This record gives sequence, structure tokens and C-alpha cells, in this order.
Amino acid sequence: MRPTDVGTPLHYHKVVDCQYACPAHTNVPEYLRLIAQGEYSESYLLNRESNVFPGILGRTCDRPCEPACRRGRVDGTPVAICRLKRVAADLRDDITDRLPTAPAVKNGKRIAMIGCGPSSLTVANDLLPLGYDVTIYEKHSQAGGLMRFNIPAFRLPAQVLDDETGYVINMGATVKYNTSVDSLKSLLNEGYDAVYVGSGAPKGKELDIPGRWDGNAKDAVHIGIEWLGSVHFGHIEKIEPRVLIIGVGNTAMDCCRTSKRLGATDVKVIARRSRKYFKASPWELEDAEEEQVEIVENHAPKRFVYENGTLTGMEFEVLEWTESGGKQKSTVKSTVIIPCDSVILAIGQDNAFPWIERDIGITFGEWDMPEVDKITHQSTNPQVFFGGDAAWGPQNIIWAVEHGHQAAVSIHQFCQELSPAERLPFGMNLVSVKNGMQSWAYSNDFNPSPRAKMTHEELVKRFSGVGVEVELGFSAEQTATEVQRCLNCDIETHFESTLCIECDACVDVCPTSCLTIAPATETLDELRTKLSAPAMNLTQDIYTSNPLPQTKRLMVKDEDICLHCGLCAERCPTAAWDMRKFELVVPYAFAHSAQATA
Amino acid sequence: MTSIAKPPVRHPGLTKNALGLTKRDYEGAMSTLCAGCGHDSVTAALVQAFWESDCPPHRAAKMSGIGCSSKTTAYFMKHSHGFNSVHGRMPSVTSGANAANRDLMYIGISGDGDSLSIGLGQMSHAIRRNVRMLYMLENNGVYGLTKGQFSAASDIGSTSKKGEANVQPPIDPCLLALTLGATFVARSFSGDKDQLVPIIKAGLAHNGFALVDVISPCVSFNDHEGSTKSYKYTRAHEVELTSSDFVPLRREITTPNADTEMTAVTMHDGSTVRFRKTHEGYDPTNREQAWLHVRECQKRGEVATGILYIEEGGKDMHALAKTVETPLVDLPYSVLCPGSKALDALMEEYR
Repeated sequence: MRPTDVGTPLHYHKVVDCQYACPAHTNVPEYLRLIAQGEYSESYLLNRESNVFPGILGRTCDRPCEPACRRGRVDGTPVAICRLKRVAADLRDDITDRLPTAPAVKNGKRIAMIGCGPSSLTVANDLLPLGYDVTIYEKHSQAGGLMRFNIPAFRLPAQVLDDETGYVINMGATVKYNTSVDSLKSLLNEGYDAVYVGSGAPKGKELDIPGRWDGNAKDAVHIGIEWLGSVHFGHIEKIEPRVLIIGVGNTAMDCCRTSKRLGATDVKVIARRSRKYFKASPWELEDAEEEQVEIVENHAPKRFVYENGTLTGMEFEVLEWTESGGKQKSTVKSTVIIPCDSVILAIGQDNAFPWIERDIGITFGEWDMPEVDKITHQSTNPQVFFGGDAAWGPQNIIWAVEHGHQAAVSIHQFCQELSPAERLPFGMNLVSVKNGMQSWAYSNDFNPSPRAKMTHEELVKRFSGVGVEVELGFSAEQTATEVQRCLNCDIETHFESTLCIECDACVDVCPTSCLTIAPATETLDELRTKLSAPAMNLTQDIYTSNPLPQTKRLMVKDEDICLHCGLCAERCPTAAWDMRKFELVVPYAFAHSAQATA
Repeated sequence: MTSIAKPPVRHPGLTKNALGLTKRDYEGAMSTLCAGCGHDSVTAALVQAFWESDCPPHRAAKMSGIGCSSKTTAYFMKHSHGFNSVHGRMPSVTSGANAANRDLMYIGISGDGDSLSIGLGQMSHAIRRNVRMLYMLENNGVYGLTKGQFSAASDIGSTSKKGEANVQPPIDPCLLALTLGATFVARSFSGDKDQLVPIIKAGLAHNGFALVDVISPCVSFNDHEGSTKSYKYTRAHEVELTSSDFVPLRREITTPNADTEMTAVTMHDGSTVRFRKTHEGYDPTNREQAWLHVRECQKRGEVATGILYIEEGGKDMHALAKTVETPLVDLPYSVLCPGSKALDALMEEYR
């Protein structure tokens, strides 16, 4: 068994569960501490380094960090990371003069981007400060892409979008609004050094069942994302009283809640499967149900029902799901007609690239999707890069941002005639937070408070318009407590085996039985069973030290439930344990540039 | 000292004992002893032993005197009774408490100063009376609380932190207890819980005075090169005379490996102390042999550990005094103090 390597970032990075789960590796514990200190602008800027749109993401992020949060394993509910991000964004001062700026002298390279959504804007954000000339083609009249047209304003106010897309664009990007790209070939002919395709997955899936094209379907049956876009632009201002939403993802949630604001009184969301398989985030389901949207499980659409050419309902098969051999199987128990006046289809999105010619060196593979390198985002035409939903189908905003960062590195490498595959590894800083005897540069006490609950606008008020924001944000008191719930996982327990005298003090004091001094075993799995408390969570790593000086046993730590309270280090007579702040150094395009090496 | 109290969060893998308690339910206040103090490890071993033995905390009394060691009682079983007496008087106070309520479990915690200097007489007589109690002697060979003077347990030649060597002979509590007729004598090391926990459990089950001399290094004043009570010295010079485990009554006794020789001693309550191995034919039920072995080890500079001597047939204080089975506290006042007429009748018998 080898001692754990803590000289490279991986082990400590994995300990910071939220940061490890975040596609963009946002330094969550550090920005929460900045909020705790009232340093909202600092917190915002730290966030912006990795996720570019803290105000937008603080309202709309899919929050992969929260299910990963250690606090969830400690008391059942994670820290409200996402909504604290919003606090930093809401309370920041004017930070425009602290944003990166583009140099006056450009580097002579011209980049075109297709679509002005989160991934393109991230590429622009990373490349503009390096002197690139950036042109963004946007088919609509406003920036933001899906964030603007498919997320209703009651979840994401326009001002927030304007501010954060503006920060990037005002660095000097040329945005060609109302300009859709109909031919990639002709765009390439305009002499750009590289093209970034960040056009999203703009095509809502169809539901081709009997009756789809009958009667008044053209007016009564809508495609979810298109309908949301029409509502955004004011083309649609009301809907019939009885609405069925087909599908149960986050778009379905936005559709049902928007319907309630456009005059619908009886809104049902219809799902093929049971609740535990729903794609919508649990909090979005909760919010929809709070607005008296009914969610119907295990119903599969069969046909549209018309009377005299007017849609009056939909027929569904009522399914029963059984599991056999690890596979879910459905049987039809009965059929039922649910009356309605309108139907919105929200069953997923497809990519569509009719505007990419098939003779320009871009290979298309399965499902007519371009072949894109998972790391470099480069297509088989080395000049063309893909990211966001356009690359591998619909994901979410935070993934789009990360794609943007990675593609920016590749585009920079490509334009400098370096290989996009040659990328800098993650780096790290590890600095002791010891101030003195039992004194640390972080708040190490455990706050037992439960997770803060978001206050919502009253139902009556929120239905008065599509633009009334529902979530009111945390109060100062809620914020102060919620940041204290963070366990500071980035303040790592760092062990120096040569100093250990094996007094057991750390093992004895650890509140969560994380530590054991144990003889070496053949395998790590065997070791897991021989600890102070059996380490049952296999997703969490075990730390093992070098052999200890006196008995040659090992210091073993189960990272699973460590509270990062620092008691092991406070109890250690020889400072073999120390608390050290881990900072992941993520190499963005800037780190790959000559400016960084000069 | 620590800057914070222990957070009230536990590992989900912690199991519960027969009383439905986790190990953490047997903890006490946060220790204010020095970081790395052996006494804190003894506390952890006690917590482990009480939890494994399913001890009901409200039926235990924690007794102590003065010294670093005597602070230990605050750090475990916060729901138990306790008495913090004057320096060295813990054995006498425990004798009194035990006389009044024989049903409680008595845990006396003392140190080499509290027991071997100011309290030597008290301890000796508690041993003679065979007061039923667990007597933990946290032995660091130094007066830690007064900054590092030699104690009565310091070995000849062991140096102080400044380098001065001790010249006076030590009192070995185990040898002393053996000569005084103690019925349970053990020695262990705070850095070896695998050995210490079963010894504590056996001591708790013992029907009489159970002395456990624990080498418990003082990290601040006696853990240097030249000390004979340091972590390093103890690990290098420990000789395990017996290696034992404790089998409570209700647990099924599994058949040991056929190739290991086992001897067992049945305790008063039916539980068993099994000696997994003993050192070169060592007999832990032979007092004279035990004394000789321990003395030989001492002469060689070795630290003899394990259950050194056990005699389960001895009479405890109540048996010697022929007191009633019912604890005196539970007797009705009329029975406990039958009045002047009964006293007159008794006096009449002596005329």
C-alpha cells in the first residue's frame, strides 16, 4: 500500500467535495468565508474567475455542488451554496473597474463565435484580455442565449443578465445581433483564425403521436423552449385555463410556472415515470407544487383528443413499472383522457446543425452530432471548436461555462501554433492557517443550525406578472448563519509523519472517528474495515501516511465525515497535524499565454 | 486546551451498545490537559471500556484527588456521580462511599504523586481492605502540574527535562500492591489501547480492589531523551508478561485457535479473563512468582505489562466486615439506626 500523495492536488481537491463536483471548480469555501466577512465584492470576483456569471448562476445553477456537499452527509442538508452565491452578487459594489480588460494592442488573431450564450461569452471572457479580436454572432436581439430566452424572468431578472453579459461584451467583443449564421463555410471564408460554435441545443423535441397535427394543434400545442422564447419576446401573452405539460425536466417546470402567470388555472405536469426518476431539480419541483401545479406520475401520452377541431384533452396510458434484471419495464394498466385546452411539450432538446456544411472537414458521427474532442473541444476541422450544449447535447449553464474555459485554452494554443492537447496541469497552494496556540485563520467551530429556507414572494403578487422574481434572497441573519454551516473543507488536515509520537491524542479527540493508527494492510479495502469507525462510503478517499517513526504503523484518515474542526491539530503536541488552506490553481487561457510566462 | 468544544456530530458507522448508547455518550467535558498528554488516551480507553461493558453511567461514581491525573474524571461519563477530594484522600473517600453504597461502580483516578507520595497511606489501606473499585494510577514519573520535579515513581538515572538525573529509588505501585495483598494488579501503557481496554474491563468486573498502573507519558515535562516514562522509552522497553482479553458473561465464548495455549480465570460475576499468551510459563495467579518476575523486569530496566496478578476468590471490604447485602443507603432509617433501645440491648450483651 502506497502512502497518499498530497504533493499533487488530486487528494486534497477531492476533499473539497463542492469544488470537486463543480464542473468549473468554483472555490466555494473561500467565497463563503468572504461572504461571512462581508467582502461581497471579493467573493463575487473570486466566483467570477471560475464561473463568470455568479448572479445568474446564484439563481439558476443546477448546483452539482450541493448534493456533493459534506454538510449533507453530516446533518442531511447541504449548505445553500447556490443562494449564497446570489448574496455575493446582490450585495456587491460596482466592480467594473476590477474586471479584466483587453489590451489596446491586439494580437492580430480573429475569433468568431456562434451564439451569445454562456459558453461563447466565457470564451470571449478568457480570450479578450489576451488581445484576441472577438466577434459574436447572435440570431436574437439580446445577449444571453438560453439563459435569456428559456429561463423565465421570475427566476432570473433581466437586469442580472444585462449586467453579467455586459461585463464580458464591454471588454470589447463585437456582437452581431439579429444575425443568424446560415453557413459555416462562408463564415470560415471570412478569414477568422478560429470559430467557436456555442449555439446550444435549440430544437425542442417533437411528440409525433396521433392527433399532433390535427384541429387547432397549431395554436394549442406548443414546443416548450420555443413557447418560453415567445413569452419572453411578448409574442405570447396568455394561455387557456387548462394546460398540460408533457415532460418533467426543468424546462417543464419553467413552462408550468409561466403558464400560471399567463392565466392558466389548472396546470398539470405529466411524467412517464415515478418521482424518483424525474429530471427536474427537486427544488424546482417544490417551487412548482407550491404554485399549485399538479404533477401526474406514470402516464404516457397516447393521442390528442379533439371535438369539432378544438383540442379538448389528451389520452394517456397509465403505466406500472416493474424492475427485472436491473431493467425497468412498463405495463399498461389502463388508459385515461385528461381534459385540457393547451399542451406544452417539454420532453427534451436536440441539436441541429443544418447550417454546417458536410464538406468542410467536420466529421459527423452518431445522431448526426459532430465529433468533438472531449478535452480540447476541437472538431475534426482544427479551426472549429464546439462547446456548451452544441458540443454533446443539453447539459447546463455551469457545464457550458467550463466548456468555454477549456475551449479558450485550446483556441489560444491553436492560434499560437501550439498543440491544444498540451495543457498545463492543475496546480495548488497549501498554506498553514495557524495563527498561534489553538488559534486559526478560519472559524473552526461547528454551527449546528439547519439549512436556511429561501423566502418566496406571496403567491398573489407573483402571479401579477412574468417578471416578478419569486425568490427574495436571504436576509442578513440567514446569510450570517448559513455561511457558518460550511465546514471549510478546503482547510485541509495536513499530516507530517516524521513528527508523530503516536500519543493517540488526535485519534481520541476526533469527534467523528475519522482517524486511526493502524498496521498496514494488503489492500485499502481491507483497511477500510479496520478503522475507528468502518469507512463505508466508498466514494470518499482514505488517507494513509508513511510508516510512523516509533511503531511503523500508519496514520489513517477516513475523509468521509471530517468536520475540518482542527481538533486533531489542536491536540497534536508536535504539530504533526496542521490545518492548511488548499487552493486549487486552475490553468485558464491566461496561464497558457506569454503574458503569464513573461 | 482546545479552542472549541467537540462538535456534537458523530460518524454514521458508530454502533450502539446494549443500552443503546454510542461511545460518544460516554464522553465528558473537553480536556484542559496539555496536547498529547497520556492521560487523555487513558480517558479514551476508559470511554471505550465503559461503552463495551454496557456500563449505565448513572450507576457509576468517579473519584479523584488532586493533580493532572485527577482532572481526568471530568473528561468521561458526564452523567455519572463524582467526588473530587483533597490531595491523596481519594482512596479513603471511596472507601467511605463504597461502605455507604456498595452497588455503585467506583472508578478512582489518581497519579503517581497523588497515590505514591501524599496518598500512599490511603492507597495502601484501601488495598488492605480490598475496597471494590477500579483504581487507575496514571503514572508519568513526574510532578507535571508543578512543572516537572521528580516524583516517587521516577526511576534512578531518569533525567529531568533540564538533564539532572534522579538518585532516589522509585516506588513501584505494582510491587507494593502485591506485597499488600492486592487481588488484581495490572500495568499497561496509555499508548496501547489494545492492551489497556480489556484490562480496564477485567478490572471493572473484579470483586475487590483492581489496581491498574498505566504508564501515561507527560508530554510537557517527561517525554524527552533520558526519561524512562516517555512514549519512545516505554515502547522500546515494554515486556508484555500476559496478554489477555475479557469475555463478558452474556457473550458466547468462541473457541480459540487450537494452537494457542489459553488459560482462563472466571470472575465473580461469571465473566472470564482469558490469557491469550503468557510470558515463558508466567502464572498470573501466583503472587510470589508475579512479584519476582516484575522485580526482575524492573532490575533489567524493562516495563512489565499485562494483568500481572489476579485472585478472584478474595473477600472484599463488605465480606470482611460482614455487612448486609442491601446497600446501606437503601436501608430504611429504622433499620440503619434502630434507636437507643437497640443500642442499650447491644451494650447489655457486653456486660
